[in-house]
Amino acid sequence: MSKIKVENLTKVFGKQKKRALQLLKEGQTKKDILEKTGCTVGVNQANFTVEEGEIFVIMGLSGSGKSTLVRMLNRLIDPTSGSVFIDSEDISKVNDDQLRQIRRKTISMVFQRFALFPHRTVLENTAYGLEVQGIPKNKREDRAMETLQMVGLKGYEHQLPSQLSGGMQQRVGLARALTNDPDILLMDEAFSALDPLIRKDMQDELIELQSAMQKTIVFITHDLDEALRIGDRIALMKDGVIVQIGTPEEILTDPANEYVERFVEDVDWSKVLQAENVMKRAEMITLDKDGPRVALNRMRETGLSSLFAVDRRNRLQGVLSADAAKQAIDEGKPLADLIERDIVKVRPDTLLNDIMVQMAETNHPVAVVSDDDRVRGVIVRGSVIGALTGKEVKTHD
Amino acid sequence: MTESIPKLPLADVVEVIVSWLQANVGWLFDFISNLIEPTVAFFTAVLMFLPTLVTIVLIAALTWWLSSWRIALFTLIGLMLIANLGYWEESAQTTALVLTATVISIIIGVPIGILCGKNDTARNIITPILDFMQTMPAFVYLVPAVIFFSLGTVPGVIASVVFSMPPTIRLTNLGIRQVPEDLIEASDAFGSTSSQKLFKIQLPLAKTTIMAGINQTIMLALSMVVIASMIGARGLGEAVLTAVQRIEVGTGFEAGLAIVIIAIVLDRLTQNLGQGNGQHPRN
Repeated sequence: MSKIKVENLTKVFGKQKKRALQLLKEGQTKKDILEKTGCTVGVNQANFTVEEGEIFVIMGLSGSGKSTLVRMLNRLIDPTSGSVFIDSEDISKVNDDQLRQIRRKTISMVFQRFALFPHRTVLENTAYGLEVQGIPKNKREDRAMETLQMVGLKGYEHQLPSQLSGGMQQRVGLARALTNDPDILLMDEAFSALDPLIRKDMQDELIELQSAMQKTIVFITHDLDEALRIGDRIALMKDGVIVQIGTPEEILTDPANEYVERFVEDVDWSKVLQAENVMKRAEMITLDKDGPRVALNRMRETGLSSLFAVDRRNRLQGVLSADAAKQAIDEGKPLADLIERDIVKVRPDTLLNDIMVQMAETNHPVAVVSDDDRVRGVIVRGSVIGALTGKEVKTHD
Repeated sequence: MTESIPKLPLADVVEVIVSWLQANVGWLFDFISNLIEPTVAFFTAVLMFLPTLVTIVLIAALTWWLSSWRIALFTLIGLMLIANLGYWEESAQTTALVLTATVISIIIGVPIGILCGKNDTARNIITPILDFMQTMPAFVYLVPAVIFFSLGTVPGVIASVVFSMPPTIRLTNLGIRQVPEDLIEASDAFGSTSSQKLFKIQLPLAKTTIMAGINQTIMLALSMVVIASMIGARGLGEAVLTAVQRIEVGTGFEAGLAIVIIAIVLDRLTQNLGQGNGQHPRN
């Protein structure tokens, strides 16, 4: 069962809401509705689900309705129509008291401009969520100290937010959200106000924390690189409409329309594509079975100057060059003694960016191997260059 | 042309209302009187309780603690001057009247300001009333004050409250509204109740602005002192009024100077109260 399920969620700002809703259902555009009714459509009939433990990224440019959408998930903004189910409870229908309980126990939020309370210390900020629940001071401060330690802010607990740098302030924001131990974390452009290096650190840290916590995270961003880095799935928004939902790869390799295509045009592919997207089928010889003549013959057939050498269970042993094969015939040595065993191996999910560094250091093709050393494919320079131009990319099954 | 239209009986209407109030809600006015009178007496007694010099030193020390040694020194010299001129008792009465009016203004004004800050309708109704209260000549308040509370200190306090409360309401409203939207969102997002939001977030953040309003209220209340003395409020105002009536320029100057000194001391003291708290949020 999904943790969050959003059905036909719509927000219209303005007075003639009913008429605007009617027009929306007829499929009129945001612009037409503004002209006819004076109403602004914030979010237009959004549908999606978020699974437990998933990082779901909602991406779009400013004005695309992504901030409105996320605020309807905890009802900081009341939806005009549609439903938000959290653990199958429709929170667009709960009363104020129930809503307050959900906000205290189930959903926390991290804000773009940190939104720390300037008159409270880091510790008091972090403990705020528990304070409003009426949890005794020493208990809530113990808990707050734990989360502060988790985000690396131990020792700063008695400082005021204004005494901290932007990155540290947002760590406080994160700690404050985590102290309640919520199931769901809403992050509204949480890292957008940070400078690029700090932003990257925070992204890494979020991913690391997430692997330990397994929260359900809804992350809002306008930055595609960020979305690709941290998202398990990405929803792309434009003019209040969700244009496409998919894994980062699906978005990149199969853009639903021109808008998504333009969005992904400038993406740095080397940080997105993984080894298995660019690898080709590897030509191999089996050491215990095939002799040097078989190897030379196969090289001739495929037009390659080297082959991977594997054992009977397809585990990579090394690489055999044409010269070494000839030497084996001339000198009658076993192939196992002549293969080059010092070769670069990468996992299928290694990023292209990292592979390129390693490729520069070797003359041999790079082997893609699974955890148990079985050969999955080979990466040659040509396929990397092809991939970087945005062509010749295949998605894995 | 105006002569052809009969004059609207506005004055008559007001008089009818006032006499009705007098007849029917008299107990309320008595009750208010019975609250204000002892309060003023209490403040006066506190200021007169110790030997004058001791009180002056204590006030100077308080000023030092709350702001700087410069202002403390000014306070010390200024208050000694007042004592030397022989206006200590009158000053105590005046200060007591101002403090009482201020306390009442805060008790009534801050909640009204909060209401305005949280509710647009309330603000739209109350703002014109405040404009009215502030633009109406202060003398006008003396008449109903005297009718309902007779002569003496109590109507003086009432007139001062009416005249000096608006800044507290206005700046409380402003302070609440100035709290950044994202902090309100954050407070809501963590499941605060409305009162938790008010006391934990909005009021602490509005404190400096509210203190500025209270400071203005004190100054306005002090400016009412001379006017209030016309309806029998005791204190420095009385001394100024007598001097004016007798054309004693020298005495008038002395009493006026005493008012100025008290004004400066109260102003500096309360100004630094707001800022001082801002600098040391953890005590």
